[in-house]
Amino acid sequence: MAERGASGGGSSGDSLDKSITLPPDEIFRNLENAKRFAIDIGGSLTKLAYYSTVQHKVARVRSFDHSGKDTEEQDHEPPYEISVQEEITARLHFIKFENTYIEACLDFIKDHLVNTETKVIQATGGGAYKFKDLIEEKLQLKVDKEDVMTCLIKGCNFVLKNIPHEAFMYQKDSDPEFRFQTNHPSIFPYLLVNIGSGVSIVKVETEDRFEWIGGSSIGGGTFWGLGALLTKTKKFDELLHLASKGQHTNVDMLVQDIYGGAHQTLGLSGNLIASSFGKSATADKEFSKEDMAKSLLHMISNDVGQLACLYAKIHSLDRVYFGGFFIRGHPVTMRTITYSINFFSKGEVQALFLRHEGYLGAIGAFLKGAEQDNPNQYSWGENYAGSSGLRSGSPELCPAQRARSGTFDLLEMDRLERPLVNLPLLQDPSSYVPDTVDLTDDALARKYWLTCFEEALDGVVKRAIASQPDSVDAAERAEKFRQKYWNKLQTLRHQPFAYGTLTVRSLLDTREHCLNEFNFPDPYSKVKQKENGIALKCFQRVICNLDTLGWEDRQLALVKGLLAGNVFDWGAKAVSDVLESNPQFGFEEAKKKLQERPWLVDSYNEWLQRLKGPPHKCALIFADNSGVDVILGVFPFVRELLLRGTEVILACNSGPALNDVTHSESLIVAERIAGMDPIIHSALQEERLLLVQTGSSSPCLDLSRLDKGLAMLVRERGADLVVIEGMGRAVHTNYYAALRCESLKLAVLKNAWLAERLGGRLFSVIFKYEVPAE
Amino acid sequence: RRDRPGSYSGPASVSRQRLESLRKKRPLFPWFGLDIGGTLVKLVYFEPKDITAEEEEEEVESLKSIRKYLTSNVAYGSTGIRDVHLELKDLTLCGRKGNLHFIRFPTHDMPAFIQMGRDKNFSSLHTVFCATGGGAYKFEQDFLTENEMPVNYNTLLFISNHSLGGGTFYGLCCLLTGCTTFEEALEMASRGDSTKVDKLVRDIYGGDYERFGLPGWAVASSFGNMMSKEKREAVSKEDLARAALITITNNIGSIARMCALNENINQVVFVGNFLRINTIAMQLLAYALDYWSKGQLKALFSEHEGYFGAVGALLELLKIP
Repeated sequence: MAERGASGGGSSGDSLDKSITLPPDEIFRNLENAKRFAIDIGGSLTKLAYYSTVQHKVARVRSFDHSGKDTEEQDHEPPYEISVQEEITARLHFIKFENTYIEACLDFIKDHLVNTETKVIQATGGGAYKFKDLIEEKLQLKVDKEDVMTCLIKGCNFVLKNIPHEAFMYQKDSDPEFRFQTNHPSIFPYLLVNIGSGVSIVKVETEDRFEWIGGSSIGGGTFWGLGALLTKTKKFDELLHLASKGQHTNVDMLVQDIYGGAHQTLGLSGNLIASSFGKSATADKEFSKEDMAKSLLHMISNDVGQLACLYAKIHSLDRVYFGGFFIRGHPVTMRTITYSINFFSKGEVQALFLRHEGYLGAIGAFLKGAEQDNPNQYSWGENYAGSSGLRSGSPELCPAQRARSGTFDLLEMDRLERPLVNLPLLQDPSSYVPDTVDLTDDALARKYWLTCFEEALDGVVKRAIASQPDSVDAAERAEKFRQKYWNKLQTLRHQPFAYGTLTVRSLLDTREHCLNEFNFPDPYSKVKQKENGIALKCFQRVICNLDTLGWEDRQLALVKGLLAGNVFDWGAKAVSDVLESNPQFGFEEAKKKLQERPWLVDSYNEWLQRLKGPPHKCALIFADNSGVDVILGVFPFVRELLLRGTEVILACNSGPALNDVTHSESLIVAERIAGMDPIIHSALQEERLLLVQTGSSSPCLDLSRLDKGLAMLVRERGADLVVIEGMGRAVHTNYYAALRCESLKLAVLKNAWLAERLGGRLFSVIFKYEVPAE
Repeated sequence: RRDRPGSYSGPASVSRQRLESLRKKRPLFPWFGLDIGGTLVKLVYFEPKDITAEEEEEEVESLKSIRKYLTSNVAYGSTGIRDVHLELKDLTLCGRKGNLHFIRFPTHDMPAFIQMGRDKNFSSLHTVFCATGGGAYKFEQDFLTENEMPVNYNTLLFISNHSLGGGTFYGLCCLLTGCTTFEEALEMASRGDSTKVDKLVRDIYGGDYERFGLPGWAVASSFGNMMSKEKREAVSKEDLARAALITITNNIGSIARMCALNENINQVVFVGNFLRINTIAMQLLAYALDYWSKGQLKALFSEHEGYFGAVGALLELLKIP
């Protein structure tokens, strides 16, 4: 019932090649700084967890001391200085491998473990007893046994809270088979059905409160044990392979076998199983191994499905997560369980599976051991660069592939500096989906964007190298980056579901993670510095021009300024080509590129009408690019809002992404502007203009994962207007986001394909002013 | 004649009138109820014991022959059995007094049964057959063509169905032990030890699993020990049969318990041929239901379990609600 892995007979194949195909240091990364270990040993797989620190290079910006210098001198200086510093961040490493390698892995860990403070290793899973002595002897660590189910549930809570798109539904015969779920803001209550040797059904109500509400002895052990007796096939995976080829109708008695067809009165389909193994009772003929395995699989899946439905119904729960070695991502089992749940619940209960199902026990055991570090107080993020992602079960369960000889599966999670929460202004956080296009679903769009990112890769590599002219190994690292990101793109071509729903955002984020991985923390730092310098010099002239305009003309000019500034985006290929060849590309020239009104999406008239009314209380603005965009587009717009009596919260990224303005850059920029402009100056002084960070390092924007401080401020100040600018934040994401207050989404479409998709052309303008329905 | 119609008034004549109307409504003999299941056919037959001399004279030869054949034998062919111990004597049905007989034979012998009907000239009886069970539909055509007997259907309402049942037990036993009859499977099971086959809670946790309040003796994984090669080699066929029985029984118990809970019912009546002469299963069901419901649920069994469907079919024939 509660056993997770299956002990005994589980050590799959001593005949397997025991050599490890990957160099161990690529598997057990950052081991030298590792502290706190946990291990979950199941019937055939071992999951190791450790906490480590990663030393990163980060670009820091620092304001110059300008006092005592005349304007002439200042003009030739950059607006601030950039220094590269080392930063230490926390990371969780999880590694999954076959029990066959356990000894080799323990040896490797022992040889590389530098930290001597570690004294204990948390252990869970059925195999923890079996390997206790081995672990203690090899690692010289005391094994602390942790309760299996407690670990499992802790792990489950952790992934559901920290990994967007953790849970998915499995849909047979659809492409892709995985349908990921957006995380519900409240993950509780839920039902966890763990199908190990037996089945445990646990109701989880809060972080610490859960209850075993039922179980069944018919589970993975029954499939394996009974399957071995019936088919003489010893390995679990081979049994599943047999099952995938079998016809259960040869062994099971169906409704049609008894009734001769469907049963109309009872509404039973003729294909329904009336009696599992019913046919094997009436004829003394031979049955094929495949057919028996399939019948057995159906019997167990149906049984678990029916029980799970009954429990879900009694406890009024509609979210049921399935885990355990019986499932382990096998398409055949996910398919039969899903079918069974749909059948018995008539669609009222959803069968959900987890992307990191195999790691739950190890994560939970780790968290138990790390309680004093309060890991649950932090937000964590899946590191796409260091994680293997979900593997496909298809093509139909080739046993050689499933045996995964010598393969290791990795999951890495970064501790985020700040806790992330929902934007309080979201209309319905439970149905909010940041991304506009689901590339997992949309094959055409997927093909386009993957190619687009492949083609842009050379440019990114070049820029990365150029950003570190003094580094001797920049070219080498950049090459490694290229390899890694290229491989990720190829993986995503074949398995678009590997990291959850594939989106332009996830492609961008993966690139950032890969760049960081090879110590290119901010390839655009110098570009941004230069552009900020140029733009600052133009600020006063732009303000003077605006001030000469009448009120109505000024409003349009301000909006055009925001849009023109938005053309300056190194992330967009069309623009980076121009910028690369002509660095003096000016603000005015950018305006000329803009589409004439009426724009592709144009609710400017409504916006203007609104401005004639009472001022907003507080505006939350998400800024996009450095340089012209933030300085000549956003700040004049902010200034106008301030003049109207509206307070402004300007939110910029916590970490660098492309040429997006970071929070620390925005602070310096604001300080320099304050030096030139008394309105900005006094607003900063009086805290009517607040500069905050988003908590993100992505060129896109996920309004469900924002800095907690920002969320608090939004509440405190009663923000009633949200302005989102830029393609990444207002088109790739949030285009359809519904807010509880007025919102402005504006962007220039700098991608011809996307523009065409939205019915426009290159440099078409999106100006979307929305007022929520009362 | 002592009674002359119309010469008396009062209660007696009322009752006679009722009898008259009953006689008109009630169907002609023979009275059968048939339940054709996936594994077994269950037949209940009402043998009238109050046949008057007059009736005896009028009774067609074929009807007499059926009555004699069914009531004078306890076995039919090599597989048909009359459960003599279940016979209900001196039963009054629709104003007729008689004995109710309970007969069963494997569903795969249904063609032989139909053939028998033809041999015994059923078609001349112009009788209506009331049948229930899945097979009623399947064999309808055979009834009509072979015997020209119309079939009335009778169905039971059920709240849930489940594919793990007696057929699964018997089917698995056939595959695992090579047994050839249900009785043999049960007999083997009675001599086996399922704890060699199943993995118990104590096999994993060394005792009770206190965190979840699970007793050490509870089965954690049915057939779970069979994952290990050594243990596979150490079990007997009897052990396997026992484990199959325990697995199916426990599962029926837990599904029943959950369904009862869902429908707010506190008594569960178990019926079906799986429980026929199956004391192990009945004891286990009674215990499991009591234990896991903490005394909230009671398992009930019927002596005539297995024949409920057939009796229902007979009542349908007699239009008795």
